[in-house]
Amino acid sequence: MSEIADKVKKIVVEHLGVDESKVTPDASFIDDLGADSLDTVELVMAFEEAFSVEIPEDAAEKITTVKDAIDYIEKQKAA
Amino acid sequence: MFRLDGKVALVTGASGGIGREIVRALHAQGATVVLSGTRQAVLEEVAASIGAEGGADRLHVCPADLSDATAADALVAAAEEKAGAPLAILVNNAGLTRDTLAIRMKDEDWSRVLDVDLAAPFRLCRAALKGMLRRRAGRIINIASVVGVTGNAGQANYAAAKAGMIGMGKSLAQEAGSRGVTVNTLAPGFIQTAMTDVLPEAQKEKLVGSIPLGRMGQPGDIAPAVVYLASDEAGWVTGATLHVNGGMAMV
Repeated sequence: MSEIADKVKKIVVEHLGVDESKVTPDASFIDDLGADSLDTVELVMAFEEAFSVEIPEDAAEKITTVKDAIDYIEKQKAA
Repeated sequence: MFRLDGKVALVTGASGGIGREIVRALHAQGATVVLSGTRQAVLEEVAASIGAEGGADRLHVCPADLSDATAADALVAAAEEKAGAPLAILVNNAGLTRDTLAIRMKDEDWSRVLDVDLAAPFRLCRAALKGMLRRRAGRIINIASVVGVTGNAGQANYAAAKAGMIGMGKSLAQEAGSRGVTVNTLAPGFIQTAMTDVLPEAQKEKLVGSIPLGRMGQPGDIAPAVVYLASDEAGWVTGATLHVNGGMAMV
């Protein structure tokens, strides 16, 4: 697992207070991890801070799973 | 009831007439209070006079010029550092007026009032909410004005800012409700302070005539309402506008 994936997972675990084993790549923040809309906004802000990236509103809306977040951040970091 | 022991409160405009009474009341209930305003010396004086009655270690001074967006953004963190604990209560009390009839109102009269009276409170709410939502606790009390609901000739800018504050508070209350954070508005009527001392005597007489309780308010009439909204006991009150105006406008 990449360093970014690791860090994303850690942030999700910390923020949503879920068990690490539940934070699989396909896990949906809202459907599988019990997040509400405010949690997803807070998660995106936590990602922005942790990775020093900016995630615009339209991109943030598309980040619904753990993998979405990892992919987006990896792409930003590679660019 | 209404004890605030162990809670950190930030009060803006703490050197003003209403602000210093709010500080005094929150402090008397046991809160640690951070006083903000533009005039450091006056803030120190207010803190010293309140602290002289005891609990001086629960008073901190943290000046900021809220017309500066960066300063407003940084104030919550600065206050938490001074107090040494996260913010539990935010009281957006700072405000200024630039009264004149609309046809004479300059753009800068408009934007300065909107900046300090509406944009700055928003910035402070935004900064405070980040931590409050995470901690699942917090109280935000925005001090608006009766004129935000009734309007007032010569105050198009101030009334717009205060009405905006009410709408903002209701929106924030909906956003923060699921985390147990409440956001309420307190709308004072005409209170005897430096801000209203400048009104012409004839206008003041007319004003008092329109107040069923027959007098202008005192800063001490407002502070207890802030204590209530800041308390645990007000945990099921959010998005509300509490009018404290001697009955001048029953809305």
